[in-house]
Amino acid sequence: MRAQSEAFLQCAGCKKILFSVEFEQNLRVCPHCGHHHRLSAAKRIELTFDLGSFSELDSELRSLDPLAFPDYADKRLGAEQKTKSFDSVTTGLAALEGNQVSVAVADFAFMGGSMGSVAGEKITRTLERAVEQRVPAIIFCASGGARMQEGLLSLMQMAKTTAAVQRCNEFGIPYLAVFTDPTMAGVLASYASVADVIIAEPKALVGFAGARVSKQAQVSKVPDDFQTAEFVMKSGMLDRIVPRKEMRNTLSSLVSMLGGHLYG
Amino acid sequence: MAKSWREWEKPLIELEENLAKLEDLLKTATPEQRSELQPRVDDFKKRRDNYITVMYGRLGPWEKVLVARADKRPYTLDYIAQIFTDFTELQGDRRVGADNAIIGGPARLDGMPVMVVGHQKGRNIQERQYRNFAMAKPEGYRKAIRLFEMADRFKMPIITLVDTPAADPGVESESRGISEAIAASMLKMFEVKVPSVSVVIGEGGSGGAIGIAVANAVLMQEHAIYSVIPPEGCAAILWRMPEKGAQAAAALRLTAQSAFELGLIDEIVSEPWGAAHRNPAEAAQLVKEAILKHLEPLKNLSGEQLKAARYDKFRAMGIFESATVPV
Repeated sequence: MRAQSEAFLQCAGCKKILFSVEFEQNLRVCPHCGHHHRLSAAKRIELTFDLGSFSELDSELRSLDPLAFPDYADKRLGAEQKTKSFDSVTTGLAALEGNQVSVAVADFAFMGGSMGSVAGEKITRTLERAVEQRVPAIIFCASGGARMQEGLLSLMQMAKTTAAVQRCNEFGIPYLAVFTDPTMAGVLASYASVADVIIAEPKALVGFAGARVSKQAQVSKVPDDFQTAEFVMKSGMLDRIVPRKEMRNTLSSLVSMLGGHLYG
Repeated sequence: MAKSWREWEKPLIELEENLAKLEDLLKTATPEQRSELQPRVDDFKKRRDNYITVMYGRLGPWEKVLVARADKRPYTLDYIAQIFTDFTELQGDRRVGADNAIIGGPARLDGMPVMVVGHQKGRNIQERQYRNFAMAKPEGYRKAIRLFEMADRFKMPIITLVDTPAADPGVESESRGISEAIAASMLKMFEVKVPSVSVVIGEGGSGGAIGIAVANAVLMQEHAIYSVIPPEGCAAILWRMPEKGAQAAAALRLTAQSAFELGLIDEIVSEPWGAAHRNPAEAAQLVKEAILKHLEPLKNLSGEQLKAARYDKFRAMGIFESATVPV
C-alpha cells in the first residue's frame, strides 16, 4: 500500500493503482485482488465495534528499556511518534450490537506488533477484565512475535498471557482471537492459539518460525500457500476465514451466542 | 569469537587429555619412572586447575552459550539416571506419532512418585538426528500435556528439565500446529493442581523451552542460558551478521545471573568447579538438592493455592511504567 498521491495508492497485493476514496470505502481491501491491507488499531476499532462504543484503557502503559538493548529506546520513540501510541496493543471495552466486550487490537506499525512487557500486560488485563466484568474477550492479533529487545521478559509474556486465557476458560468467559496479517511466533504460540474461536483474515501470514527458517529446515517442497491463513485452515488450526466486510457480523453473532449465558 | 565449546576449551581439553595419558602411564610405572612422572603429573594438574579457575572464573555471555551447548554437558537422561529411580519412559502422544526430542514418564524422587518431562539432546550424529537436535514437534508437546494431565490426576509433582535450541520449525510441525501445541502445554501447566519445578539445564531456547517451563519454581543451572531468540538469530536481525552472536548474547542478557536479577527465575543452581560436564555426578546432586528444596514448601499448599501461586508468579513478570504525559 504505497501512497502515490493523496488521491491514489498502489495495492500491496496486485500492485494496481487504486482510488483512495474507493479503497477506504472498501475497508482497505483491494477491489481487484481482495488483498486485505494492514490496519491501524484505531481504524480496526472504528470498523469493527459499535460507533463510539470503545473506551480505551491502560493507554498510559509504556515500555522501559530494562536490558539497555542496542537502539531500543530510539526505535520505540520512533514507533510512538508514528502510531501515536505507547505500544503495539490498544485495549479497552467496546460493544458489538450493544453487547459489551473486552477488546485488544494489535497494530503491526508499532515495532512489528511485537510483544514485550507492555503488550503482555495489556493482553493479560484485557482477559482479566473480561473475567471481572463477565463479558467475552476479543483480541485482534498482528505481530511478528515476542519483542527481542526485552529479552527473556518478552518470552515470559507468552506464559503470562496464556495464564490469563486459562483463567477465562475456568470462569466460562468466551475468548475470540482474530489473526490478521501477520500473526507469528511468540504471539501465535501463546494466547492467540488457545482461543475458543480462531478467525483469520484472508491470506494473513500465520506461522511459528519465519518462513526462511522453516524453508531452510525443509528438505522436501514447501507448499505454495505455506504459512497463510488458508494453509493453517487446512491444518485444522483455524475455525474460519472471514473477509473484513463480514468480520463485524461474524464476531457479533458469535459473541451473542457464546456469551449468551453472560448477557442473560 | 570461538564458535563451539570445544574450540573455546581447546587448551584445557588438550591439557586434560595429556594429563589422562600421564596418569595412565603412572599406573603401570616402576618406582623409578614414578618419581620422574609424578612431578609432571602434579605440574599438569596445577596448570589444569589454573586454566579452569581463570576460564570459568569470568565466563562472558557468549562463553555461557558455548558451555550451555557443550556436547559433553549432561543431558536430561543423564540427570534422570542420577536424580531419580524407577524412571519409566512413556512414549505415546496418542494422536499422531512419537517424538524423541521430548521424553517423559513417572519416576521416584527419594521414593516419592513424580512425573518427569524434559528435552533430550543427542551426543553423536545418529543420536542428534534421532532426537531431532532436541527440537520437539507438536507430538512432543502433546505427549507432555498427556503426562502433565496424568500427573494431575494421580497427584504426582511435575519436574521438567529444559534443554532445547528451539521447537522444530519445519513445515510438518507447522501443519500439525506447533504453536498451538506449545500454547496448550503452557495452559495445561497453569491448570494442574500439583506442585511443579522446572530446571533449565542447558539451552532454554525461546518458545520451545517455555512450552514446558511454566512451574511453581523455575530454576537455572549456573551456566545455562534462557533466551527469547538464539543469539545468532538476533545478530542476523540486528546487524544482518549471524557471526556477531557474541554481541547479541550480551545484549539479550540470556545468562542465569541476568534472569535472576530480572526476577524471572527463583534460583541459580550451582555447578561443579569447571561446569557440569566436568563432574556430572556432582552436578546432578546439586540439581536434585535444589529440586527437593523448592518442592518441600509446595507440598503444604492446596491445589488451588498452587495454581494461584503459579498465576501470580508469571502475572508479575514484566517491566514497564505508567507514563504521565500523552504520546
